[in-house]
Amino acid sequence: MHFHRELSKLRKEVLAEAALVEEALEKAILAFETRDERLAQDVIDGDRRIDAMEIDVEEECLKILALHNPVAVDLRFIVTVLKMNNDLERMGDLTVSIARRAAYVAKRDPVMEMPPEFKDMIRAVRAMLKQSLDALIHSDEDLAAEVCRNDDEVDQYKRTINSQIRDRIVERPQDARTLLKMMDVARHLERIADLSTNIAEDVIYLVRGEIVRHYATE
Amino acid sequence: MAVSDTQIDVSRGRVVVEGVNFFYGEKQALFDISMEIPGSMVTALIGPSGCGKSTFLRCINRMNDLIENSRMSGSFTLDGEPISDSGTNVVELRKKVGMVFQKSNPFPKSIHDNVAYGPRLHGVNSREVLDEIVEKSLTRAALWDEVKDRLKDNALGLSGGQQQRLCIARALAVDPRVLLMDEPASALDPRSTAKIEDSIAELRGDYTIVIVTHNMQQAARVSDKTAFFYEGQLIEFDDTETIFTKPTKKQTEDYITGRFG
Repeated sequence: MHFHRELSKLRKEVLAEAALVEEALEKAILAFETRDERLAQDVIDGDRRIDAMEIDVEEECLKILALHNPVAVDLRFIVTVLKMNNDLERMGDLTVSIARRAAYVAKRDPVMEMPPEFKDMIRAVRAMLKQSLDALIHSDEDLAAEVCRNDDEVDQYKRTINSQIRDRIVERPQDARTLLKMMDVARHLERIADLSTNIAEDVIYLVRGEIVRHYATE
Repeated sequence: MAVSDTQIDVSRGRVVVEGVNFFYGEKQALFDISMEIPGSMVTALIGPSGCGKSTFLRCINRMNDLIENSRMSGSFTLDGEPISDSGTNVVELRKKVGMVFQKSNPFPKSIHDNVAYGPRLHGVNSREVLDEIVEKSLTRAALWDEVKDRLKDNALGLSGGQQQRLCIARALAVDPRVLLMDEPASALDPRSTAKIEDSIAELRGDYTIVIVTHNMQQAARVSDKTAFFYEGQLIEFDDTETIFTKPTKKQTEDYITGRFG
């Protein structure tokens, strides 16, 4: 049916947008880890595509709402897409912020060592984004609930990294600028984890019809 | 909606249905239907053609009695009084349970006489009282302002939408508790449909309204409760909001999202 074709088209579009965001995050992280200024610039330039896709997806949702009056699971799907579309665009902006910090650090202090917890935090954030999208693709509420639970772990990494960076600033005030950029990266990663949690909560709403925001992990 | 839920007396005009089976000859049209239609609220019956919703609706005012070879088991009651007993006074019942059909069917009489017809039949003779009933009924059906200056004109000169609202006014004139509507707006343009829906919102709170509609959005807009029928069974009956956002049964979801039926 025409309407269901429109829905599957929308689904493809939002997943394509998500794939771009995942790719941008990978690149921004790699640019930060390997101090690759050109790769960082790639991420910054690529954000325009994510922005354009966000507009397309939103317009598609509005069109479906106006023309097809979706109900029940279809209505919940449109609402989920509208919300995660916003979250994905915000994630795109955050990857740009990470890339900017990566470019700065690459230029100024290419050899400075990162706090060891960064690796773990990066692994956890990557996994959360990937799982939240897998949860959407497979309508898997258990996987979505797991994403929500993992958010605390990421928060903990951020706190540890922050306190290590504070100590280092005290030891080596001349490195403060670069260290503060690293702190920014940890903050942006933590925000990306939050937004992945939002997507996971929306997936639970899509599957169950229940709004679990604010108490998803209970 | 015009009347807030706390003001509604759901025990007034309540229809209780218990274990109803209905047959047209050998063919069973309804299977063991039990439900409680809350009083003074709007209940929509939805489902694909032939699912039994109109048969069910017609049981409430015993319209099916006119169909040869039809029979029913189980019971319907209105405010505790039996509807389906052989001893029920059907004329009295139909005074309490009015009906509006898909195609408007005004009498070839004046607008005034169409509305006054029922009360006259039930013995109201005072001109003043009749005028009052006519005005009140036409007002509640959201038609008064359009026809107050031409009450003596023939009703057949009204537009389709106006004729349908006249039929609602005619049903209201005998002061029913329940109003049954079988696809009341399916032959009307969007503007007239909106007026019918406005009039349903206006009547909610004072009359129990049971409406059969194929227009899913109309069911969603006008009703408090929605019942989904499929192949003679009541599949799901719940708050309209629940049915249209998170129905419990897969069949309901498939039907309202257009995946079958």
